[in-house]
Amino acid sequence: MPKQAQGGSNVDRRNFLALAAAAGATAGALPPTEAASAAEPAVNSSHAMHAEAAALSRPDPATAAYQFFNVDESAFIEAAIDTLIPSDTVGPGAMELGVATYIDRQMAGAYGKGDRLYLEGPFGEGTPQQGYQLLMTPAELIRAGIADINAHAQKTYRRPFSALSEQDRIAVLTDLEDEKIELTTVPLATFFGLLLQLTVEGYFADPMYGGNKDKAAWKMIGFPGASAMYMDKIEPFRNRPYTVEPMGIADLS
Amino acid sequence: MTTKLNSVDILIVGLGWTGGIIAKELTSTGLKIVALERGGPRDTNPDFLDPQIHDELRYAARHDLMQNVRRETITFRNNDSQTALPMRQLGSFLPGSGVGGAGVHWNGVTWRWLEWDHQARSRTVDRYGERIIPADMNLQDWPITYDDLEPYYDRFEKTCGTSGKAGNLNGERVDGGNIFEGPRAAEYPNPPLIAAQGMVMFETAARNLGYHPFPNPASNASQDYVNPDGVAFGACHYCGFCERFGCEANAKASPHFTVIPLAMQNPDFELRTNAIVLKVNLDATGKRAVSVTYLDARGREYEQPADLIILSAYALGNVHLLLNSGIGVPYDPATGKGVVGRNYAYQCGGGATAFFDEKTIMNHFMGAGALGTCIDDFNGDSYDFEKAGYIGGGGISCSNSGARPIQYHPTPRGTPRWGSGWKKAVVDHYDHTTSVGNQGAVMAYRQNYLSLDPTYTDAFGRPLLRMTFDFQDNEVKLMNGQADICVAIATEMGAARVDRNISPVPYSIVPYQSTHNTGGAVFGADPGTSVLNRYLQAWDVPNVFVTGACVFPQNAGKNPTGPVGALAYWAADAIKNRYLKNPGPLVQA
Repeated sequence: MPKQAQGGSNVDRRNFLALAAAAGATAGALPPTEAASAAEPAVNSSHAMHAEAAALSRPDPATAAYQFFNVDESAFIEAAIDTLIPSDTVGPGAMELGVATYIDRQMAGAYGKGDRLYLEGPFGEGTPQQGYQLLMTPAELIRAGIADINAHAQKTYRRPFSALSEQDRIAVLTDLEDEKIELTTVPLATFFGLLLQLTVEGYFADPMYGGNKDKAAWKMIGFPGASAMYMDKIEPFRNRPYTVEPMGIADLS
Repeated sequence: MTTKLNSVDILIVGLGWTGGIIAKELTSTGLKIVALERGGPRDTNPDFLDPQIHDELRYAARHDLMQNVRRETITFRNNDSQTALPMRQLGSFLPGSGVGGAGVHWNGVTWRWLEWDHQARSRTVDRYGERIIPADMNLQDWPITYDDLEPYYDRFEKTCGTSGKAGNLNGERVDGGNIFEGPRAAEYPNPPLIAAQGMVMFETAARNLGYHPFPNPASNASQDYVNPDGVAFGACHYCGFCERFGCEANAKASPHFTVIPLAMQNPDFELRTNAIVLKVNLDATGKRAVSVTYLDARGREYEQPADLIILSAYALGNVHLLLNSGIGVPYDPATGKGVVGRNYAYQCGGGATAFFDEKTIMNHFMGAGALGTCIDDFNGDSYDFEKAGYIGGGGISCSNSGARPIQYHPTPRGTPRWGSGWKKAVVDHYDHTTSVGNQGAVMAYRQNYLSLDPTYTDAFGRPLLRMTFDFQDNEVKLMNGQADICVAIATEMGAARVDRNISPVPYSIVPYQSTHNTGGAVFGADPGTSVLNRYLQAWDVPNVFVTGACVFPQNAGKNPTGPVGALAYWAADAIKNRYLKNPGPLVQA
């Protein structure tokens, strides 16, 4: 995963890529480091320690690259989630908790591909009460929506959404939520609803899905997580704070 | 190419609570019984084990244990003037699939419906006269009374290890129980669960206002328990992962570890999973069912002949099968004639969200599915319909079923949906909020019904079930009246801020509301207004019985599983002790 934003700022993806390329690496998919190469066995303890340190700093391949999003799309997602749930004094932001990875994995997987959607025609718009009626899987909707918003940002601000100032990003997402802009393909409320839903899901879901890193969102609200046995606590802790280190499914497996 | 199989005596379609109860009860008959379940097999170990079952995303948000609408869904419209469109993803309600059905992932609330619910029309007419019933309301009595069903309610509670407190023991009112309930012959098999903070506050407030609070009857065992069939339950962990999840402790009663394993011990019983029943086949007279057609996991088609067929799928699935099989006359809203699909009903909700300051700590994540405190002072006919302006009422409760954060992070109305303001509100309110909710009854109306869709089909080429439904004037008044009462209670609880709400009007298929779909194949005394007789036997095809919430003539302000389970025992009794001795109509039309 590329460098993650801190304190509400967001690294411009294209600039980051340029820097990474100049440094001889592709962002998010770093080649094996020389130090860990088997062709160059460690000859003394200092080398071994060096190799170990390099291994520790190497990104985890399970989360270090995007499976679904292309570079434009991942730049949008990173900027969007950083705006929807920014890092601030109250608690962590979605970007630093790995929510971009979460959304990428959801879009690459069964949910994104519409494994639980009825997608037979004919297709009609219907009433709001009749719900989702698009010929699009969640992944197709997100992809088309990103392209739509980037086209809107290009037209209005002469740059993609990810290159906008925080203030302008907030303005675009507010107009999207309030249905005050026009987009080519996606219905505004449906796209915004899915984007926000995915962001909140990734923020609060079990960390094994890629977001909620270190269970930081659970710590922030005081949710104890997957370790859930309260038969001897519900009465003694009535109206009393119950503070524990939250546990995720991986911690307990 | 259809493979015709050897005939069996009894065929059960759908193996949840009702199919499981009937399979188990018919064990001693010595007859060959086959159950066809559209979903897969599953068991507590290994499918519902901790920690994996405590996965909110997979089970609560992605509906892992529920029906997959990719293959089979319904279409929906609010009224006849609209074109129904498919429910393309689950929302308002969550039908189950797989062994145990929705009995695996329910909350465990196990009511006896109020006496009024069983005799809604005659009791209403007796007290208020015909004129109080709106012209388009098909208010209808059950063909049996609460007293007829009492022993079967008792049976189901004992099977489930229901935890609660009686409020009416043999006609004696018991303080602390539900004084509005019908007379019970026995106390609940287990004592009530331990109340959480919000419930304690609700109880005090409700008493201050002159109401009669009592613990929700919960099939989440409050202690280790062995039921009369010898099935062991663990005590509830209050883990807060209950509805939408399987229970790792076997504390939440479920057919998959109670009645179904007992049925499986019968060498004459066979369960076939991933077996999707497409239709019931009738003989040339149309008066007798001869077989069902089903697909196995590979899509191979079979015809399974049987002498007796029990439709025990979900309420909507049963009605779909009846319509696709030509059993009973389909309902026509234009003429009011026909019965299959008639009297579809739902529930209506809303209430008050109560936000407290940081000194009040709810620990809402310590919860059990059915953990809650309730009042029935405005349910059934406990209140004055004329004064309130609505019929049916609802249970008003403060529940504590968990606080899983993807779906539970309450914020006051007007809070931004995102950004720093949203996050601050989530942190400020997460552990300091509870709600007072109304589970409102929905009556049956001429214009609310189920039928076959003319356009859309499922993956097997069958027309989808079409739902035409909206909340009517009575229900809108009901939701508003009950919400006002909820607000008054929340205010009395000392909430710093109270947000009042009702279900979306017009009814919307989108947000989750309730998996309490009822009607469409109702039982009754008159074949002109019912599909089934008092024993849940089809009037028109007497070797077909139908179970589940589709049999209720209208809905109640209470969860349906109690009477659904009781009626399964009632029907099993009738099949075993009446029908099998003399196969044919048990009631003459």
